Amino acid sequence: MQELALHIQNGVLDAPVSVAYLVLAAIAFAFCVVRGRRDLDDRLAPMAGLVAAFIFAVQMLNFPVLPGVSGHLLGGALAALLVGPWVGALCVSVVLVVQALVFADGGITALGPNIVNMALVGTAAAYALIALLLRVLPRTPTGLAITAFAASVVSVVAASLSFVVQYALGGTTKLATYGLGDIAAAMAGTHTLIGIGEGLIAATTVVTVAKTRPDLVYALRGLRRAQAAKPATTPSVSTAGGVA
Amino acid sequence: MKRTTWFVLSGLLVALFLAGVVSNVASGSPDGLDSASTKGCALDAAGEITGGACMARNAKAHEWEESPFADYGLRGVDNPYLSTALSGVAGVLLTFAVGGGIFWLARGQRTVTTE
Repeated sequence: MQELALHIQNGVLDAPVSVAYLVLAAIAFAFCVVRGRRDLDDRLAPMAGLVAAFIFAVQMLNFPVLPGVSGHLLGGALAALLVGPWVGALCVSVVLVVQALVFADGGITALGPNIVNMALVGTAAAYALIALLLRVLPRTPTGLAITAFAASVVSVVAASLSFVVQYALGGTTKLATYGLGDIAAAMAGTHTLIGIGEGLIAATTVVTVAKTRPDLVYALRGLRRAQAAKPATTPSVSTAGGVA
Repeated sequence: MKRTTWFVLSGLLVALFLAGVVSNVASGSPDGLDSASTKGCALDAAGEITGGACMARNAKAHEWEESPFADYGLRGVDNPYLSTALSGVAGVLLTFAVGGGIFWLARGQRTVTTE
């Protein structure tokens, strides 16, 4: 065993499942590029590069969650909040590709499953909750912090359970004493704790950015635009009606 | 634009500090996935699987386990702190270059349209 094997290694999932998930990852990546292009401008592009670099850095910081067990940030919730779900998923994907190709972390044959779990499932689960919470919570630093925290926990647990599904579909070892149910429980348990750690990091980071440059937080930008649009359209419509 | 450049550069410095310095105090224990992967298997003192049935039973080494930056170290640098620091710094810069490059090239024509 390698000392640092943070993502799925080679040989854990069989070839058909690895290939199927690689195809799925490639299709989703292309879709995110198409949708992400609408969000990317001269301001968001360098910010997205920074988010990817920052996630790479924080993924190196394993924190203890249980005796003998550690965890690290995955980054889906943080990326979705800062640069939006489409570009965010691309940020996490870039990190995973760099890690697999340059740092020998995560098998190259397991790149598809790793991207689907952490970049796609993780970011999608996070964004679903972010979209909901930002509608009901006050738009204050506290509201943003709670959103980042909750989205991180849900995102990390969803990503870990996505791996359990992959193992059920194409695991290479027939489990005996420690079955798939035990694995699912262990994964959900440790990853809830990891999600809490990730949530604290993500909340701190997003609130810091929001206090310094609120215009660079994608989640807030969307709200502000929607807010600004409402009073702007109402008078213009009434004027148009008055003229007609 | 200039303010954004400053912000991105400051953020990059924070990332470099985290990957280059703080990474050396990171926990060395297996992570959540890694620990679940060996459940059901017997391990020797070095953590090698000796028997049983667990998810990592048939795990294979990475294709490029001999690459210069494998396992977040730098081949040829004996000092473990320096090795981790250099690989962390290289990883942050590389990820920023690759990610930033892709996003810069992929950005739409939104620059022209005024908001």
